[in-house]
Amino acid sequence: MSMTREEVLNGMRTRFGDVILDFHDKSAKRVYVELKPGALVPVAGHLFRELGARFHIASGVDNRSQLEVLYHFSVEALNLLVTLRVKLDKRAPRVDSLVPTIKGAAWIEREIHELLGIDFTGHPDQRRLLLSEEWPEGVYPLRRDYQEWDAKAIRDRGV
Amino acid sequence: MPKSVITIGPYHPLQEEPELFQLTVEGETVVDIEVSVGYNHRGIEKLSERKTFDQSTFVIERICGICSTSHPFAYTQAVEDIIPVEVPERAKYIRTIIAEGERIHSHLLWFGLAGHFLGYNTVYMWMWRLREEILDVMEILSGNRNNYAMFKPGGVRRDIKPEDIPLAIKKIDSILPTVDRLKGAILDDPVLHARLKGIGTLTKEEAIAYCALGPTSRASGVARDVRKDAPYAAYDRVDWNMIVTANGDVWDKAVVRLLELYESIKIMKHCLLNLPGGEIDLKIKSIPPGEGIGAHEAPRGETFHYVRSDGTNRPARHKVRAPTFMNLPTLKATVPGSSIADAAIILAAIDPCYCCTERLAVRSADGKKLFGGDELLRLSREKTTRILKEAGKR
Repeated sequence: MSMTREEVLNGMRTRFGDVILDFHDKSAKRVYVELKPGALVPVAGHLFRELGARFHIASGVDNRSQLEVLYHFSVEALNLLVTLRVKLDKRAPRVDSLVPTIKGAAWIEREIHELLGIDFTGHPDQRRLLLSEEWPEGVYPLRRDYQEWDAKAIRDRGV
Repeated sequence: MPKSVITIGPYHPLQEEPELFQLTVEGETVVDIEVSVGYNHRGIEKLSERKTFDQSTFVIERICGICSTSHPFAYTQAVEDIIPVEVPERAKYIRTIIAEGERIHSHLLWFGLAGHFLGYNTVYMWMWRLREEILDVMEILSGNRNNYAMFKPGGVRRDIKPEDIPLAIKKIDSILPTVDRLKGAILDDPVLHARLKGIGTLTKEEAIAYCALGPTSRASGVARDVRKDAPYAAYDRVDWNMIVTANGDVWDKAVVRLLELYESIKIMKHCLLNLPGGEIDLKIKSIPPGEGIGAHEAPRGETFHYVRSDGTNRPARHKVRAPTFMNLPTLKATVPGSSIADAAIILAAIDPCYCCTERLAVRSADGKKLFGGDELLRLSREKTTRILKEAGKR
């Protein structure tokens, strides 16, 4: 497959124009695309399956008003890093899981689920990945409102 | 046949990364594997938000004890991507030299341990002996055997002195004859062929589906290397080859690492001999609001950092992704179907931590201990001895 950078980006814009909220062509190697959360799976599927892009990882961010999830993909032949961004409502953050499309997304979704409290609908196994079993339910350490040494958190680990 | 669960890990005092593997076995065959991590979760991403951009470099250098430069390399590039700036040419070369030295000693370390697991302790002793020479080179160049503290956003912290270069080159050259000899010994050894070929195979399709990285993916025919795909530092100034093999078994993973040693030595020597002059640091004063991404091909695969700045002197968010995070889940595809005697080397083939294998214990359903860790290492070595004997008879 030998598409140019313009063909790839224009193709995305034409096909998914109605679900793209913001298209930020930051530099020759970096593009940030904000999507309606419901459209994540088809756009990610387009990148991963049709363009053969590589899925790097997802980053979860609490920007105070909303929770963002950024999905980083690389079209290696073009040296182009496309980041898909969805912004989720903080009161009930949920987005469709990418695991049915990309097996490699399983662990990072588990991690974001426990650290930021985002629910990934359709994830086959949302058990904890990093936090211990004793960590209290509903306390998300990467949220902005997380209090260090939260009253509900564990403090007597013998340090 | 009744199923038993073998628990490997999670803790061992000698290694830096505790992990828990639970192998479900039927007789001698592994039918399922469950990997649990998190025993070493230190909250570095959270910690990084409380440090300044410069301080974070030191914190994340301590994520890994073996490839300490891989995280600062990706992180500094992510910070530079926010602004965005290009670091001076000399700094690019110095970064490349440090990163490749690290790859050489990391791959040598892996070879030593792989030899140890298979009962080839001569390989183990030789490889670790050679690794010492490279650690000496790193000490000559940076002042430290590990945790070099060479990186900072905007460049490098210390220059390489011209008078140190000849000694460094001499030491790098001194390991080549032994690496050649070991390469011959390893590639021609019928026992190693019998022991490593066709086990723990990761197919190309699975490597892509699991988004595997580094030697783990390149051994499965996925030509993926950040140094080639998205050239950074001085990697596009040097003529070098990406090593890719087709079979995806443990043997191919070993071959990829062995051949990468030569490429790394080539890159390192080229950069030392052609080090351009000039500044080594941009002296960045402030980081504007924005977001940046940096990636570096570490010995085990790509490290990936996402950094967001809100205009203060601290990162608002710093996401770290290490290569083993993507490579560990591939064990789900490679381990089931293999025998217990092969499990130790398949787990080790993706180059995670090896500590766990010495804490193996097999328990039957009623909790009775059947094998201990030493027992399983013994099984692995006995298999090698058995093949040796059979080879001798022929």
